Amino acid sequence: MNASQENTLATLSGDALEDTRIRRSKMQSPLITLAHGGGGKAMRELIDDVFIAAFSNPTLNTLEDQARVPLTELARFGDRLAMTTDSYVVDPIFFPGGDIGKLAVCGTVNDLAVGGATPLYLTCAVIIEEGMQVETLRRIVGSMAETARAAGVSIVTGDTKIVGRGSCDKIFINTAGVGVIRQDHQLGANLARPGDRILVNGYLGDHGATILNARGEMHLSSPIQSDCAALHGLISTLLAAAPGTRFIRDATRGGIASVLNEIAEASACAIEIHEASTPIRQEVKGFCEILGLDPLYLANEGKLAAVVPEGEAEAALQALRGHPLGREAADIGAVLTGGRAGRVHMQTVFGGRRIVDMLIGEQLPRIC
Amino acid sequence: MKYVDEYRDPAKAKKLIKEITRLADGLATQRGRPVYIMEVCGGHTHSIFRYGIENMLPPSVELIHGPGCPVCVLPIGRVDDCVAIAEHPNAIMTTFGDAMRVPGSKRSLLQAKSLGADVRMVYSPLDALKIARSNPDKEVVFFGLGFETTMPSTALTVLKAEADGIRNFSLFCNHITIIPTIKAVLDSEGFQVDGFLGPGHVSMVIGTRPYDFIAEYYRRPVVIAGFEPLDILQSLWMVLKQLDEADARIENQYSRIVPTDGNRAALQAISRVFELRPFFEWRGLGSIDHSGVQLNARYAAYDAEKKFSVPAVAIADPKSCQCGEVLKGVIKPWQCKVYGKACTPQTPMGALMVSSEGACAAYYQYGGDPRVTVDNPLAGERAA
Repeated sequence: MNASQENTLATLSGDALEDTRIRRSKMQSPLITLAHGGGGKAMRELIDDVFIAAFSNPTLNTLEDQARVPLTELARFGDRLAMTTDSYVVDPIFFPGGDIGKLAVCGTVNDLAVGGATPLYLTCAVIIEEGMQVETLRRIVGSMAETARAAGVSIVTGDTKIVGRGSCDKIFINTAGVGVIRQDHQLGANLARPGDRILVNGYLGDHGATILNARGEMHLSSPIQSDCAALHGLISTLLAAAPGTRFIRDATRGGIASVLNEIAEASACAIEIHEASTPIRQEVKGFCEILGLDPLYLANEGKLAAVVPEGEAEAALQALRGHPLGREAADIGAVLTGGRAGRVHMQTVFGGRRIVDMLIGEQLPRIC
Repeated sequence: MKYVDEYRDPAKAKKLIKEITRLADGLATQRGRPVYIMEVCGGHTHSIFRYGIENMLPPSVELIHGPGCPVCVLPIGRVDDCVAIAEHPNAIMTTFGDAMRVPGSKRSLLQAKSLGADVRMVYSPLDALKIARSNPDKEVVFFGLGFETTMPSTALTVLKAEADGIRNFSLFCNHITIIPTIKAVLDSEGFQVDGFLGPGHVSMVIGTRPYDFIAEYYRRPVVIAGFEPLDILQSLWMVLKQLDEADARIENQYSRIVPTDGNRAALQAISRVFELRPFFEWRGLGSIDHSGVQLNARYAAYDAEKKFSVPAVAIADPKSCQCGEVLKGVIKPWQCKVYGKACTPQTPMGALMVSSEGACAAYYQYGGDPRVTVDNPLAGERAA
């Protein structure tokens, strides 16, 4: 397809597309069955009516086996390609503050953005358990489309598989992402230096607490919502204010504690954080108190840790706080001069000091 | 957090530490060694490490982390029996979260689950009853464990099962009692603990009177303590004060929760369904007379050990494991031959590495205070 064709396609809206390239088929069944993965008409209906209808963009709409992206287009954004992939499995699939679809877009966008990349393209591969309501799938896919649109990324290729009951839990989504890193961004977990400050962009543990609570086993009513968000805008604000930033990582599974341990290990340094300045909501603290969990290990889906040189820390903090996703940003600690390499410590509110180690296995509620 | 932050006030902590230091320094000089105070309860061990209390204390007072982590002291043979029941094709095994990871001789419940056993985590034994109601064709077993703290809720669940006529529910009972255990520790050879922090939640059920013998017969002070960091510091100070006055009595620092006579309704429920076992095997401590309970004859129909055939093979603790000595305060966790080497939280050999309430796991995960670093020959290896 040449550039003029692409431009033409890009200006066509859904209905007009039907007349040119794509003949839309409509879903006949209210339920997803194994037939929708069979490669025939039913599968075509599913792809057209659910996925293409929601994600529609010129690259995807050609329905080739691969997305084709002009290199010149990529080169405008920097000098290195960033690629990442992540699979999303979450129970429940809808939760306060988001759903598996939003998660699948934000998570992969964030994995690109924390490397200093501008996120551009995503793939979407889904594995669906037969018996799912088509309406449920539409909600998830709609959420992906909306989140991608808001983040300025296009979902350009994909795959669907249907598996029998019990072979997967409702739906699993894999998204791969492609972005481009600007020439001047050099970030790495091994670049932390003594004196560097550790910043976070807000309250920690919201997502983990939300998911545990949404499973309903505790019968707690709580206003906690997942923090699920795409962070590339916030990150570009941060990098503009603190170009010397050493490292950024989204604090997903394993929580902030795991990210800090990775940094301490990779940079062979000791890190100390302060409980008093670590932002955790009262509700999340209370939730953890009841269950005997540690909020430092709870997952986040819209929170990052940034290692920033001391001289740029104040500017970085102000930049984060000026962004809607960083209002409660905080300086939670520093890379120590000396100290045992690979260790993360916390000064407790109470005046004590303890190690914050890597999590062993899954956090399990304590017996009493 | 309201009603919590008040118990974590660093200014008050400083004052207490000053008083603790003054008293302990004097007592340690008299003794020519530090004052040893044992916290019996695993919940206290957890708080002590979580808030970094140990390294706020002067070298003149040392904490000995006692036998009160019910998950840790569960013997391997009992875990094997539990796994055997869980692997029965018609069984659904239910239990508290941290019991799922306890290693048996072949596997833990968590591993059994990954191999296909139906093992479910519950927050209350009543949830197990709910599962029994909605799975009438399955036998739902609750893996009950813990001291007197968790015993009443298990007892009430059995009573409810009886009242509601639920027959597909049973209990794999591993509940243990605190008093015979403290007595066994007190009688053990080489035991040189000067005083105790008494367990808070156990005492909420049994009250403060059952500890009287510790003061009267063994002349050791006991202060029943809460779980917030200031509770623990205040209780330590109260123990030291008694020692300083050459006194030995039972004091109740946790009076906001613990009544002198305990909880009558809870005790009644316990005595309705349970009876003492002649003896019960403890990981790290061996067999202790009358330290476990089982369902009595009237409730035998709810006893999983009677419904299922279990191997009931006693499995000895690994020889190199020195948990017993750590539990009694004879050695510190890092002085154990296998600590941090063959025995880590990922691959626990001994009881105390199993749960975050176990002393060794707590040192491994939260430790690293200056005292540990100086004394600990393994510390360097661990960091590497």
